[in-house]
Amino acid sequence: MNYREPSELRADLLFIADWVAPGSKVLDLGCGDGEMLHYLQSNKGCDGYGVEIDDHKIPACVTRGVSVIQQDVEAGLAIFADNAFDTVLCLSALQMMKNVEGILRDISRVGREAIVSFPNFAYWPHRVALLRGRMPVSKTLPYEWYDTPNLRCATIEDFKQLANEVGLEVLECVALDEGRPVNFMPNWRGSLAVFRLRKKSGCIPA
Amino acid sequence: MKTLGIVSPLSMHFATPLPLQSGALLNDYTLVYETYGQLNPDGSNAVLVCHALNASHHVAGVYLDADTGARTVGWWDNMVGPGKPLDTDKFFVIGVNNPGSCFGSTGPMHTNAASGKPYGADFPLLTVEDWVHAQARLADALGVRCFAAVMGGSLGGMQALAWSMLYPERVANCVVIASTPTLSAQNIAFNDVARQSILTDPNFHGGDYYAHKVVPKNGLRVARMVGHITYLSDDDMAAKFGRDLRDGGYQFGYGVDFEIESYLRYQGDKFSEYFDANTYLIITKALDYFDPARAFEGDLSKAFANITAKFLVVSFTTDWRFSPARSREIVQALVKNRHQVAYAEIDAPHGHDAFLQDDARYMNVVRAYYERVWHDIGGRGLHDSETGGLRAELVGGRA
Repeated sequence: MNYREPSELRADLLFIADWVAPGSKVLDLGCGDGEMLHYLQSNKGCDGYGVEIDDHKIPACVTRGVSVIQQDVEAGLAIFADNAFDTVLCLSALQMMKNVEGILRDISRVGREAIVSFPNFAYWPHRVALLRGRMPVSKTLPYEWYDTPNLRCATIEDFKQLANEVGLEVLECVALDEGRPVNFMPNWRGSLAVFRLRKKSGCIPA
Repeated sequence: MKTLGIVSPLSMHFATPLPLQSGALLNDYTLVYETYGQLNPDGSNAVLVCHALNASHHVAGVYLDADTGARTVGWWDNMVGPGKPLDTDKFFVIGVNNPGSCFGSTGPMHTNAASGKPYGADFPLLTVEDWVHAQARLADALGVRCFAAVMGGSLGGMQALAWSMLYPERVANCVVIASTPTLSAQNIAFNDVARQSILTDPNFHGGDYYAHKVVPKNGLRVARMVGHITYLSDDDMAAKFGRDLRDGGYQFGYGVDFEIESYLRYQGDKFSEYFDANTYLIITKALDYFDPARAFEGDLSKAFANITAKFLVVSFTTDWRFSPARSREIVQALVKNRHQVAYAEIDAPHGHDAFLQDDARYMNVVRAYYERVWHDIGGRGLHDSETGGLRAELVGGRA
């Protein structure tokens, strides 16, 4: 068995990896260079697939032995069967999607549980920036308004509502700052929102 | 950059008849092949490269004609060689010419021992699976029990796929590029146009043209022209030729007006000089017949149930002959069986031919995959670049 030093994994990913049960079947949407899947495969005995569109990230996945499928998440997950996965990860990727609702429905079709993270637009420095009349630029939203790939700006409260509408029940919701959970006033003090979601029983995604 | 330099083919005779899918037997036959690199002591670093329609065992390196000085570079020399994505400093690579071909292995132009005359029309039709069984005998003879990888593009990819199903225990990795699990109706239609042009050539003589000392060149030429169109993308053709006129104006005749006509006719002429018409018929039929899901009511995932190999599947966005959708069928059936697969869809402009061309994204993915294969067979040499953690893990994992 190969072990990596846990410190090598980004703090937020490490926190999220703790939510993934050992031996799970995992789908990682927007898996990047495969770091998370590789960690889950080698440290937690998970078995997984990643989806990534960026040409430059595919070779790193391949070298790591991560099963990566190059496609646009927006094109749908037709390649995966219903309930094929224990956990679907969609980490810091949802805010770049056009059809967020469709993707969430697809996630709930192929997986029993989902872990979704996105930059919390209601993080206090973002609110301050807006009060000063400027769009926020921060570590989690590092772009200017004119070059950002982030199409969707959501707060923790916004996402709770959409999750419910697409048939996902919120199991846990944590706001992270610098990879550590924020307990007091999370929708103000957390820069990254992380949700653990479960398909509502008896719910057939439209 | 280092190269393989001058290479030369080897040949091996097989006296045991090869039973074919059609029920016929290929009585005795010779396979021509080339090898590059060294087989390691435990025989774990062998890679078989399967060829497509218009190719052979001459995968990489150069043939030098002693008389004319002419150099013939292998068809996948950009992919296979020292330091190349399939690195012959690490792997022992075999290229083998399939029976029925016209590049040296037993084919329809060779003498049929039973009649003392060239096989011609009597040469049996072969399937992709028949070729794989023939290749397996060569692997046995070369001492290769399990291939680190079997690899091919287009029709070669079908052979790699067939290997993973027919000999699951003998294939650790399968690399399938610009390929498909079956030909579509449109693919078969193009093949039949090509075949009809050969079959109706007055010089074809029912396949026994060798005895008449003629060649159905016109038929072969048109067949190649049709085939060649399907290898290129509309955009690529538009960019290369557009509506460019050969002599600046319309000629009001049936000679060459447009550059594309000139190009295709030249390609057809060249091809008809060296290719064999019976071989063209045999190979296009093998393409048409390939359908591993056929025995499983069309369910490809059932056909893949016994596969143990890991896969790399690559397609090219502008390939309309074997489009990305066809490669995704392969990927989907692999995923359904929870087989390991990496799939790259390369946005290259060159259509089906892209699999033979240099594209950094394509080459990098294949290189990365073979680095992984090398690691899996216990080799070393994963580059350190940004994956410092991975490297540390490899060293740790060996302790």
